[in-house]
Amino acid sequence: MAAISLQTETMAEEVKLFGTWASVFSRRIEVALKLKGVQFEYIEENLSNKSPALLKYNPVHKKIPVLVHNGKPVAESLVILEYIDETWKHNPILPTDPYEKAMARFWAKYIDDKLLPAAIKVAMSKGEEQKGVIEEIQKQLKTLESELKEKKFFGGESLGFVDIAANTIVWLVVAQEALGMEILTEEKFPVLHGWYQRLVDDAVFKECMPPREQHLSFVKVRFGSSTPSK
Amino acid sequence: MAEEVKLIGMWGSPFSRRVEIALKLKGVQYEYIDVDLTNKSPLLLKSNPVHKKVPVLLHNGKPIAESLVILEYIDETWKANPILPQHPYDRAMARFWAKYIDEKCLPALWNACWCEKKDREKAVEEGNVCLKTLENELKDKKFFGGESIGFVDIAANFIGFWVGVLEDVVGVELLTIDKFPILCKWRDEYVGCSVIKENLPSKEKLGAYFRTRVESASQSK
Repeated sequence: MAAISLQTETMAEEVKLFGTWASVFSRRIEVALKLKGVQFEYIEENLSNKSPALLKYNPVHKKIPVLVHNGKPVAESLVILEYIDETWKHNPILPTDPYEKAMARFWAKYIDDKLLPAAIKVAMSKGEEQKGVIEEIQKQLKTLESELKEKKFFGGESLGFVDIAANTIVWLVVAQEALGMEILTEEKFPVLHGWYQRLVDDAVFKECMPPREQHLSFVKVRFGSSTPSK
Repeated sequence: MAEEVKLIGMWGSPFSRRVEIALKLKGVQYEYIDVDLTNKSPLLLKSNPVHKKVPVLLHNGKPIAESLVILEYIDETWKANPILPQHPYDRAMARFWAKYIDEKCLPALWNACWCEKKDREKAVEEGNVCLKTLENELKDKKFFGGESIGFVDIAANFIGFWVGVLEDVVGVELLTIDKFPILCKWRDEYVGCSVIKENLPSKEKLGAYFRTRVESASQSK
């Protein structure tokens, strides 16, 4: 009984997540909420017909994901992840040590500032330009691999902030399969490939991945073309 | 224990100056190392091998790069005069606006100064959208951080000072009082604060630095 009365300290909570099923950013938030066992209502947005609610909750960017907690909106996936970690304290995503925390923020930023734009570019480019972007991505993957070293996850023994941000790599792997590119291979990136397997096998992460076949079709339709690359 | 704090920076960089403001606000003693970005020192390359950029904070030999990451580290390590709010929601808002400044405002304002003349009108408009958005966020607060300077104010240092210098050198109008009275009032309060005032590059030196950039840009055409 004592345990229950402690729990009812937190008032009735309303957590909503506005997202889209194939968005790398949106799925990050789902992983974090699920990792912490937070009940939430998910609202799928149609980005070609944004809901009044979305426009009200994120007037600055008009983008998903947006987390709405007891009516108060938070936007920008990495900002939302930190908010989630500070609000629901069990199963922490970020380390407690300030230096380790700074490293986690640094690497999540690296993924979003460098890897993500390159991943989008590689899907949109063809021929020689694409080859160049692939090389750039492979350098970035090498950098990430040397940060991972022999850790099970970037977060250590369990998924952390950087692993969640690095879901970007899962989207990259889907793109490489959908569009017939070779970027992240086990041969070139044995360490990262091992991490990738552990990530997609993780019970919580797995539950939050877009259904594979649908995701592949989505990428093919969005980025593929009927003309073969030169 | 004996603390060793070093900052590798560049005198004219707003990112570098952000870190100095934070350290000074908290009364942290540090050694400042200025680098020549055209001839990067081995220390910089070793401390920030990923980006090879300033600023880099070295705390007891351990390096941290990326100014907003450094600011959070400083706030979590030295607890006097907090830069970020206490409440998670307010912290999220501060992070959101600092990100907005770095990802939208700075590139838009920078572009408005350096783009080709034919693209200028559109670039200035984009800059204006950012400034208006910030003005709407500021509302009737003295600073983004409330009564005193906080995380977002520190992140907005480029707008508080660098923009003015660029406007003079490049001959573009961005932060005008008729369009942005609230933001201009913020700017005047901001540069009036001693911790800010004492940590700005000299207007003349920065102006001269940008002027040489304008000249070399026009020569390379």
